[in-house]
Amino acid sequence: MFRIIKKKELNPTVTLMEVEAPLIAKKAQPGQFVILRTDEGGERIPLTIADYNREQGTVTIIYQIVGATTRILNSMSVGDCLQDFVGPLGRPTVTEGKKKVAVVGGGVGCAIAYPVVKKFHEQGTKVHAIIGFRSNELVILEEEFRSNSSKLVLMSDDGSCGEKGLVTDALKKLIESGEQYDEVITIGPLIMMKYVSMLTKQYGIKTVASMNPIMIDGTGMCGGCRLSVGGKTQFACVDGPEFNGHEIDFDEAIARSDMYKEFEQKKQDEACKLYQKEVS
Amino acid sequence: MDVLKKVPIKEQDPQVRAHNFDEVCLGYELEEAMEEASRCIQCKNPKCVSGCPVSIDIPGFIKEVENNNIEAAFKIISDYSALPAVCGRVCPQETQCEQVCIRGIKGDPVSIGKLERFVADWARNHNIKPEPPKEKNGKKVAVIGSGPAGLTCAGELAKLGYDVTIFEALHEPGGVLLYGIPEFRLPKEEVVKAEINNVISLGVKIETNVIIGRSTTIDELMEDEGFEAVFIGSGAGLPKFMGIPGENANGVFSANEYLTRNNLMKAYDTSYDTPIITGKRVAVVGGGNVAMDAARTALRLGADVTVVYRRSEAELPARVEEVHHAKEEGIKFKLLTNPTEILVNEDGWVSGMRCVEMELGEPDESGRRRPVVKKDSEFVMELDTVIMSLGTSPNPLISSTTEGLEINKWKCIIADEETGLTTREGVFAGGDAVTGAATVILAMGAGKAAAKGIHEYLTSK
Ligand SMILES: Cc1cc2nc3c(=O)[nH]c(=O)nc-3n(C[C@H](O)[C@H](O)[C@H](O)COP(=O)(O)OP(=O)(O)OC[C@H]3O[C@@H](n4cnc5c(N)ncnc54)[C@H](O)[C@@H]3O)c2cc1C
Ligand SMILES: Cc1cc2nc3c(=O)[nH]c(=O)nc-3n(C[C@H](O)[C@H](O)[C@H](O)COP(=O)(O)OP(=O)(O)OC[C@H]3O[C@@H](n4cnc5c(N)ncnc54)[C@H](O)[C@@H]3O)c2cc1C
Ligand code: SF4
Ligand code: SF4
Ligand code: FES
Ligand SMILES: [Mg+2]
Repeated sequence: MFRIIKKKELNPTVTLMEVEAPLIAKKAQPGQFVILRTDEGGERIPLTIADYNREQGTVTIIYQIVGATTRILNSMSVGDCLQDFVGPLGRPTVTEGKKKVAVVGGGVGCAIAYPVVKKFHEQGTKVHAIIGFRSNELVILEEEFRSNSSKLVLMSDDGSCGEKGLVTDALKKLIESGEQYDEVITIGPLIMMKYVSMLTKQYGIKTVASMNPIMIDGTGMCGGCRLSVGGKTQFACVDGPEFNGHEIDFDEAIARSDMYKEFEQKKQDEACKLYQKEVS
Repeated sequence: MDVLKKVPIKEQDPQVRAHNFDEVCLGYELEEAMEEASRCIQCKNPKCVSGCPVSIDIPGFIKEVENNNIEAAFKIISDYSALPAVCGRVCPQETQCEQVCIRGIKGDPVSIGKLERFVADWARNHNIKPEPPKEKNGKKVAVIGSGPAGLTCAGELAKLGYDVTIFEALHEPGGVLLYGIPEFRLPKEEVVKAEINNVISLGVKIETNVIIGRSTTIDELMEDEGFEAVFIGSGAGLPKFMGIPGENANGVFSANEYLTRNNLMKAYDTSYDTPIITGKRVAVVGGGNVAMDAARTALRLGADVTVVYRRSEAELPARVEEVHHAKEEGIKFKLLTNPTEILVNEDGWVSGMRCVEMELGEPDESGRRRPVVKKDSEFVMELDTVIMSLGTSPNPLISSTTEGLEINKWKCIIADEETGLTTREGVFAGGDAVTGAATVILAMGAGKAAAKGIHEYLTSK
């Protein structure tokens, strides 16, 4: 069974969990994800493998409470077991062959960016991490990023920590100051990744965006996770989740991510009533 | 009794069933089954058996039904098939066993499928299970995928004494029987789960949530885990799209997605958390069983549904029974019509579909007349939901992670028809993964053939 062995609140809406899943821990690579189901009536939701411990056979997930399922997940405690936990899914991040990269993360996307940053750092690639949050109390993993990168830029929308401004401002500044990146990797809200990709396109820097469309099976069977990349349809769960940021149709992806909004709101209200003690 | 006619079978009223997910066909009662069984003339050289891909002793089990020995009938069927309650429901009998039944020359063929279903349902209701093997040989075989091919191969090998483990990617076993074919044709708890439990009671282990090619590989199963042979029954799950503009708009789904949400994730039941778009005006593009299932699902969720198909009624690949049921329930058919564009509103949602009318020209390589566009026939259908049901192909996940496993140009795994042997030693395959999307019974036939192939391979090794 997939027992929760650690649970830690990283900020009021973001939680880290360590889950016993030896088979997945054995295989996991940065950039890959799992799909879980909390209980029999639950939906299948994808979450990135934020970290893994092959010896202990555990996998770390970091999730933001955004709706019904993440709320139900957050109501579970150490010792509880998840109904299903499958992975590792998706293609690992390609980290080879790069001398210097910038990783641009936003919000909970930083949780997804972190294992990538760590991998680059461990293999000796120079990595600049630019991470952005709405405000001070939402910052996650700052120390982890600092100790695994050769430069860390922390940005906040309201200036309550780091510099005030957007991650694109910081990236632009670095590029303008003469930093040469072989690649930019961006992970966060769709709108942020769209603007990062637009910016790097101007400078001709290869950019990879980690996409998070709505998924069900995660095995290439339903096509629900499809995206337009370079005019071609791609299935994020098997062809991705990382794609060339300059080729992704972000507007289509943004529209698709809202497909079930009405239903999700209703389910979230139900879950709220059930788990009133949790934050909103 | 008119011996030329099948004993009629009860069905839920079309008006009623259009609003629920309960099974459409209600099955025979004992007396009705015995009466239908008496129509079989017990041919010396029974044609029907040659029409069944798993060669069930059809006159043999029918004789027992006629004599009210249903348990004996079940024992006979169980020697050949692990999934009779499934096959009795979804087998295309009219093109298999029943097509060649002697009775069919003058009148209706014997209702073989419905009798098979009756026997399997009776056995389940009387808690009769197939017998587990007496002796085990201790040899480990891995089966990938728990659809009809995998389940059959595993069951057959278990009967021969092998230690069999099925690895399934999803959280529940059954393959298309579970995620594709809807509840109203194939009840999940009652029928699918029960027959899978019969396979388990033969000693087969099923590990769900394991994706071969990601969680582990065929090489690791054979080198590290001690499996001496592997059977690949991973199906043909990858959905095709048309490649027309607007196809990624909100409100366009593959039939697989729509059906998976509803069947596997039970979206029609509000106590489950997975969402589904119910839609008001739905078009289903395609004409196969999958299209009928998607259409009838959307109808039950409350939509006005039209099936859009580019050839004529005669070419509809779906089973006649399913088309008939769909029409009875109020599904509309727009035949000789092909979509060219999905129209999208400013919020990114489907607002309609541009189509052209078609006419049938010369036969193509499939032998069916090729549809060609009629000049100046463009028109627009107003819609909010489109379900694409254009067929599926095998997923490359396994072939791309297994050295030496060859596939053909349709991405199907190359395997010997008689033994299931692939281009890799010790690795066998069958079902949709080899043939492309086909039928339950052909997948079972292939699973059975491969079990024999594996047995021969491991005994001669
Ligand atoms: C490859 C991948 C990796 C991801 N990694 C992380 C992660 O590490 N941490 C994290 O917090 N989130 C991650 N997500 C997003 C996460 O899956 C969604 O936040 C979650 O599914 C929301 O479910 P809910 O029921 O709580 O919210 P809902 O209220 O149902 O949905 C909120 C929003 O989440 C998205 N969403 C809903 N259902 C799904 C679904 N089945 N699949 C994908 N997205 C969905 C939609 O955009 C939706 O509008 C990832 C998504 C993908 C595809
Ligand atoms: C909606 C629908 C309706 C149909 N109606 C009929 C009908 O009425 N009559 C009929 O005869 N046929 C029908 N068919 C076709 C029939 O269901 C299939 O031909 C049959 O199920 C094929 O069996 P299979 O065992 O080869 O594959 P599947 O049933 O597809 O099973 C394959 C299994 O393998 C699993 N898998 C795939 N990849 C991996 C992996 N890498 N690792 C682990 N597991 C994996 C899948 O999750 C799945 O469970 C229908 C199909 C659909 C989709
Ligand atoms: S399994 Fe299918 S083909 Fe064989 S007897 Fe039964 S219904 Fe006919
Ligand atoms: S062919 Fe028809 S009549 Fe003859 S044995 Fe088979 S089912 Fe009976
Ligand atoms: S989630 Fe179903 S194909 Fe990707
Ligand atoms: Mg949700």
